[in-house]
Amino acid sequence: MSETSRTLVIENARILDPSRSVDEIGTVIVEDGLIAAAGANALNQGAPEGAERIDASGLAVLPGLVDAQVFIGEPGGEHRETIRSASRAAAAGGVTSLLMMPDTNPVIDSLALAEFVMRTARETAVVNVHPAGALTRGLASEEMTEIGLMSEAGVTVFTNGRNTISNPALIRRIMTYARDYGALFMHETQDARLTGSGVMNEGLFASWLGLSGIPREAEIIPLERDLRLAALTGCRYHASKVSVATSAEVIRSAKARGGAISAGVSINNLSLNENDVGEYRTFFRLSPPLRSEDDRRAMVEALADGTLDVVVSAHDPQDVDGKRHPFSEAEVGAIGLETLLPAALRLHHSGDVPLPRLIEAMTSAPARLLQIDRGTLRPGKTADLVLVDLDAPFVFSEKRIHSRSKNTPFENARFQGKVMRTLVSGRTVYAEGEQGESA
Amino acid sequence: MSAPAPTPPFRHRHLLGIADLSPQEIEGLIDLAEAKVAVSRTREKEKTALRGRTQINLFFEASTRTQSSFELAGKRLGADVMNMSVGNSSVKKGETLIDTAMTLNAMQPDILVVRHHAAGAVALLARKVDCSVVNAGDGAHEHPTQALLDALTMRRHKGRVARLTVAICGDILHSRVARSNILLLNALGARVRAIGPSTLLPSGIASMGVEVFRRMEDGLKGADVVMMLRLQRERMEGSFVPSVREYFRYYGLDAAKLSHAKPDALVMHPGPMNRGVEIASDIADGPQSVIEEQVEMGVAVRMAVMETLLAEREAGR
Repeated sequence: MSETSRTLVIENARILDPSRSVDEIGTVIVEDGLIAAAGANALNQGAPEGAERIDASGLAVLPGLVDAQVFIGEPGGEHRETIRSASRAAAAGGVTSLLMMPDTNPVIDSLALAEFVMRTARETAVVNVHPAGALTRGLASEEMTEIGLMSEAGVTVFTNGRNTISNPALIRRIMTYARDYGALFMHETQDARLTGSGVMNEGLFASWLGLSGIPREAEIIPLERDLRLAALTGCRYHASKVSVATSAEVIRSAKARGGAISAGVSINNLSLNENDVGEYRTFFRLSPPLRSEDDRRAMVEALADGTLDVVVSAHDPQDVDGKRHPFSEAEVGAIGLETLLPAALRLHHSGDVPLPRLIEAMTSAPARLLQIDRGTLRPGKTADLVLVDLDAPFVFSEKRIHSRSKNTPFENARFQGKVMRTLVSGRTVYAEGEQGESA
Repeated sequence: MSAPAPTPPFRHRHLLGIADLSPQEIEGLIDLAEAKVAVSRTREKEKTALRGRTQINLFFEASTRTQSSFELAGKRLGADVMNMSVGNSSVKKGETLIDTAMTLNAMQPDILVVRHHAAGAVALLARKVDCSVVNAGDGAHEHPTQALLDALTMRRHKGRVARLTVAICGDILHSRVARSNILLLNALGARVRAIGPSTLLPSGIASMGVEVFRRMEDGLKGADVVMMLRLQRERMEGSFVPSVREYFRYYGLDAAKLSHAKPDALVMHPGPMNRGVEIASDIADGPQSVIEEQVEMGVAVRMAVMETLLAEREAGR
């Protein structure tokens, strides 16, 4: 592994930096952990003496990915994932910054917990880990947390994690308060009552399986409510994961009315549909649930046209015991840090989403959301970057998984697009083919 | 007397659902069950097809009727039958399922009869054991032996299942009996109708191979078979329908509603019945009712199913 202080020259790479609308063959020069130059003309001054040179012919260099939704088990569920193991999985997936959800035990709902996570991340993580603060104490949707104190400590995003606050008066009050700190109000939009005992998309397929369905309106109604309240309060608002075609329309028209609103989509809802549940395959029990193929296509279109701003892995490690149950009793969620980029690149190879837009949705767009100075190859910025062979085919087998949990919906999936090397602050934290330390 | 083997051969290790079966396999099972009715009616019922075999009835959800029916079927074939009822209260839900499956598997049973409250649970368990598994009902998914016994009952009275008009009435949303019957009746070429308040019909019902009616008077017109479903008590009072009184008024089978069906229409119910909720007592006990006969056919069908599965297993070795 290279030292931070050394100069690194990455030559002959396809430089893809949507933050500067750059897509050209050129050179990236990394000095003291920062980008010194990145582009076709980077070598105008000549390569510095004694620099380490990487010939990146046939590879692309992207800004390191920023994943705006990652669940981690530490503290309280370290058997599922630690901050360290999640960071190694992230590095293997080309993710250099991640937003950690507050759904831990104890919940990240106080300054002390936020600082604990930041400290643990500094000491153990190989990528940048940003804790999101809880919107309500214990995620119980009753009392607001110390948003001011946590903001001052560097928390920029507040969310209720897996839970959706149902009380509109409480949402309004927290939005109003959060606005004073410039904090982002990020929310799942899944109405618990309307979801009821539902475990997968409502429709014919669920009916035949004898499983309770989750209607699309369980997402649309809270989303519409939130957007109205965001407009009322002027709070920065982000719908963390939407899944149905109507949600895209709702967001589109809300954006047309103005306001600081944005929305994300899980890679799962861009890649898979309800039929993947098959014969009660619990690795496909997700929230929001996998929807119909029409909904999936609508999500892809909304990503392509920018209605949906960011793509997240929604990484949610669950141990085997939690998934080895009948579908309706199995834990919800899938890991995704290591498959985010290759799964997203399917949308590039299929021609559905232009490559710059796709990369933007995983780099500069989420960086803006988190208010972090990342997701770019602009000279002077921190050298978080990833070398990718955009066309290399590979099969994602269980033995590749760095995450402590193995609940991937992409087991044995064929991908085209492989992370070859990941750098954080100029330091290599992952290199394909090198035996990594096990998490 | 040796029973005729079903033709063509039955190529499944388990019976998990009607969805897995071809029309020929369904007919084969019903043919064999027909022969088992005769066996059951003789004085000397003791047969030897399952002698020395171990059958375990594993019920995660209580059901005296179905469990007794499987027990009797096994005993009439000469099997050693053990009943296990696993309460949901003591252990965390689901945790027992795979653990119990592994434990039972170590006891080397030949056949496991399983009922579970979760859809897909029986198939999950079947993947963990070496023996044959019969689904005795999994959540709102399937209850294949019920559909087979219903078809046998219809065929004995009407001579065939094809082209019969069968009206399935009531709580189709939560009913595994309805799903298995819709699959089986379609496979054998019957015309299937679904009648119920919209709160008790599953999403996409119109694409499930049925004609949907909201009024009993319309849906029963010209029906050959009227199949009533049980309405669970917790769904009667305000959650899915407003009251028992209102439900009975619109969906309870009484003489007036039954008069819209063919005069010789069969009245069926998988039991246990809620008299005065989904069916009037005089209809349940009336001349068109074949509800008791369904119980008898249940034993015959379960004998046929278990004998077929074990014959397949032995042939496969």
